[in-house]
Amino acid sequence: MSFVSITVGEADFDAAGLLTQLEALGGGAVASFTGIVRGGGGLAAMRLDHYPAMTEAQIGRIVADAEARWPLLGVVVIHRVGELHPGERIVFVGTASAHRAAALEACAFLIDWLKTSAPFWKKERFEDGRSEWVEARAEDDRARDKWNAD
Amino acid sequence: MFNIDILYFAWVRERIGKDSESIEHPGADATIAMLIGQMAERGGGYAEAFAEPDRIRAALDQVFVPLDAKLGNARELALFPPVTGG
Repeated sequence: MSFVSITVGEADFDAAGLLTQLEALGGGAVASFTGIVRGGGGLAAMRLDHYPAMTEAQIGRIVADAEARWPLLGVVVIHRVGELHPGERIVFVGTASAHRAAALEACAFLIDWLKTSAPFWKKERFEDGRSEWVEARAEDDRARDKWNAD
Repeated sequence: MFNIDILYFAWVRERIGKDSESIEHPGADATIAMLIGQMAERGGGYAEAFAEPDRIRAALDQVFVPLDAKLGNARELALFPPVTGG
C-alpha cells in the first residue's frame, strides 16, 4: 500500500516539506513538479474554480492510473484554488519510487493528466480591467494522449 | 420521474447566470446532447452558453462522459467548458 495524499484548497504549500515526506518512504528516487502562476502580458491575478464534489475523486482516479502503470511508493498532489497572483505556487506533484524512471515518468504523467482531466477552470484578470477564461490548449491534450499511444 | 440537478461551471455558469438548478429528469434514454439542445431553446443566457455544443464538456454523477451519453438514472449533471487546471 503506497502513500497517497491529495489536497485541493486555497492554502499555499511547502514543497520542501513535501519532498522530505516522500524521501522518507524508503525508495531511491523522488521526483516533483511545482507549477507557478506565470506573469507577463499585464496579468494581475487568476482565479481557479473547480467542481468541489468531483475534484478530489477525479484526481484520485488519475493517481490510481499512475499507480497501475509504475511501481510507486508515494504520490502527493496539491492543487490550489481561489485567487492566485503571478509568482505564486499553484500545483505540486511529487512521486517516490525505488528507481528514477518510474518517479520521473509518473510525475510527468500526473501533471499532463491533471491539466487536461481534472475539473479546474482558470480565469485571468488583467491590469487594464479585462478578464477572460483561459482556453484549453490542443498541445496539452496531445501531451496527455501520448501516454496512451503505446 | 425524479429531478436531476444540473451544475454549471466557468463561462457556462456566467452565461446562464446561475451555478445550479434542478429540473424534472427527462428520462433515462435522453442524452446530454438532447438536453443541451432543449435548454438552448430557452433562449437568453442558455442559448448563449450552448451556442457551440462542441465547446461543452460534461460529467454525470461526477464522472466525465461524452455528450452522447444517456442520462440513465443519474442525479447530477455538470456542464462546463474544457478544463484548464494545472
